[in-house]
Amino acid sequence: MSSRTLFDKVWDLHTARMLSSGQTQLFIGLHLIHEVTSPQAFAMLRERGLTVPYPHRTVATVDHIVPTEDQARPYADTLAEEMMTAIERNCREFGIRLFQPGSGKQGVVHIIAPEQGLTQPGMTVACGDSHTATHGAFGAIAFGIGTSQVRDVLATQTLSLSRLKVRKIQIDGALKAGVYAKDVILHVLRVLSAKGGVGFAYEFAGSTINAMSMEERMTVCNMAIEGGARCGYVNPDQVTFDYLKGREFAPSGANWAKAVAWWQSLASAADAVYDDVKTFRAEDIAPTVTWGISPDHGIGIGETIPAKESFAADEWATIEEAYQYMDLKPGQHIAGVPIDVAFIGSCTNGRISDLREAAKVISAHGGRVPARVKAFIVPGSEAVKVVAEAEGLDRIFTAHGFEWRNAGCSMCLAMNPDKLKGRQISASSSNRNFKGRQGSSVGRTLLMSPAMVAIAALEGQVADVRTVLNKIAAKKESA
Amino acid sequence: MSVIIVATISGRAVPLRGNDIDTDRIIPARFLRCVTFDGLGAHAFEDDRAQLKSAGKTHAFDDARFQGANVLVANSNFGCGSSREHAPQAIAKWGITAIVAVSFSEIFFGNCVAMGLPCLRVSGADAEAIQTLIENDPSLVVTVDVAARQVRVAGQTFAATIADGPRQQFVTGSWDATGELLAGAPQVQAIAAKLPYVTAFA
Ligand code: SF4
Repeated sequence: MSSRTLFDKVWDLHTARMLSSGQTQLFIGLHLIHEVTSPQAFAMLRERGLTVPYPHRTVATVDHIVPTEDQARPYADTLAEEMMTAIERNCREFGIRLFQPGSGKQGVVHIIAPEQGLTQPGMTVACGDSHTATHGAFGAIAFGIGTSQVRDVLATQTLSLSRLKVRKIQIDGALKAGVYAKDVILHVLRVLSAKGGVGFAYEFAGSTINAMSMEERMTVCNMAIEGGARCGYVNPDQVTFDYLKGREFAPSGANWAKAVAWWQSLASAADAVYDDVKTFRAEDIAPTVTWGISPDHGIGIGETIPAKESFAADEWATIEEAYQYMDLKPGQHIAGVPIDVAFIGSCTNGRISDLREAAKVISAHGGRVPARVKAFIVPGSEAVKVVAEAEGLDRIFTAHGFEWRNAGCSMCLAMNPDKLKGRQISASSSNRNFKGRQGSSVGRTLLMSPAMVAIAALEGQVADVRTVLNKIAAKKESA
Repeated sequence: MSVIIVATISGRAVPLRGNDIDTDRIIPARFLRCVTFDGLGAHAFEDDRAQLKSAGKTHAFDDARFQGANVLVANSNFGCGSSREHAPQAIAKWGITAIVAVSFSEIFFGNCVAMGLPCLRVSGADAEAIQTLIENDPSLVVTVDVAARQVRVAGQTFAATIADGPRQQFVTGSWDATGELLAGAPQVQAIAAKLPYVTAFA
């Protein structure tokens, strides 16, 4: 039994029984809900006269539709207001804890659960949101689910699921300056494709991952789903334990040592057997930017838009669609592409370390966002906002022409008032560059790290954060 | 809860060509501002449809030849992206009762199972062959045989795949898992009682 992966161990510990279909009835330790994918699930519960037997294992917040400017109730958007009222009523009626705006605990669901210490190693986590993979950073097995499955978790605290295969993504070496966790995952996606992970859980391992902070690991696991892998995870280690210690919902007192011992026992065995292994070298990874309409359409900042012939023939139609939609041509440099909007935020890159890095780059650059560019920064949670303001990051942002907002998903999917207009092109720290993703059906998105978004905003175009900062530093020196 | 068996589905089909058709394209996020799934059918592929229309082209869902079809034939990585069940709900509410594609995203597939909407996989060449057959003669009846793992059209039989678990769920009518999950409550209690974090590491 020693040769099991963390995935195998956690899966087995949560298996209640096998179902007639051959699928597993899997216990869900932490269920997170938000306003968009839960109302229909509660309606189904009522229709069938079902109750919620484990209300304390579900935690709710509101993030997708929350306006990030004027948060006064009722919201100007009556549909958004109706969704807010629905989740408030549902949580009240079924006895579920809800983190409301103003509570200090509200924010993007995948940011607040780790922040509050709710997400812990060895748990199974489910949420009606595909980026639930984020929680795997703690050594949890975390799945995105649909609304009928949200109903099942509410009614039974379990899901009917088929076991996944496990692919180890081994990344070793030190990242070069200006290369971030976001670049690591964009690079992995580029190599393994948007569908390469279907049927797999991705275990991220190796010295590059071990050297990452919890926030960086969350960025990597967050986008496992963009590679088709329903969950991504990292084995828990001292970095994980240090992050959790002292958080409100984390074990404390005499339980802490017991918890750590249990968490340690769950890590993949050194001789664990994987269904597949892929290896990467950190030094091969450059600041990466997407040019197309799928998160695996990434290239290094120094590269040009690839020819369709560099893809498999069955991808050519999609690649041509991407050239046309993005209005970019093969052979064209991605650096220098002008942008209209810059967005820093989302469950991928809306945490405090992301904002600190952006502030550092902005201060080093010293310039101002040109008038034709709209740049805004949305903290991932109320707690992130408080820390950022205490550190004075908000003043750095606003002094250089960035807007500073309240917590929410914002223009990651643009269900709130933050949207692209027409053919606008955005530099975005979010996770999806799908057609129409950011609120305009013809709007365009370039995904990149928060540091690269900050530089793009200040330069008004896609630029290499490293060369821009080096040039400015050299100029200062010679002056 | 009544048991609804989904063993074979027959009907006219609509071919939807392209890889990586994501859930934002199936149902744009602005239509997620709702507390019921009713009415989503009208907005399926709304932005793709509008864009093709403005370019003087016709999306398959607007094409008069495919109106009333109930089998959707797509290509690879269909339904990638978000977990929104609004996507398969919109497709189902438009009238689709079975989907054939080269591959599906995991979460989309799971949502479809939970809704009783079977998704079968065929090879890339077969998906294109079926699409071409339908384009040439939209009146053809396509049979999606979940039990036999086949797609039959115009006298031809195409081998299809679906994992044993979901296949079983469709053919035995246990795709609506809630009932069976509820029946496992004692085993669920037993497993929960053994999890250290549930018992507060006591
Ligand atoms: S930030 Fe974006 S990806 Fe994350 S939960 Fe919100 S909408 Fe989804």
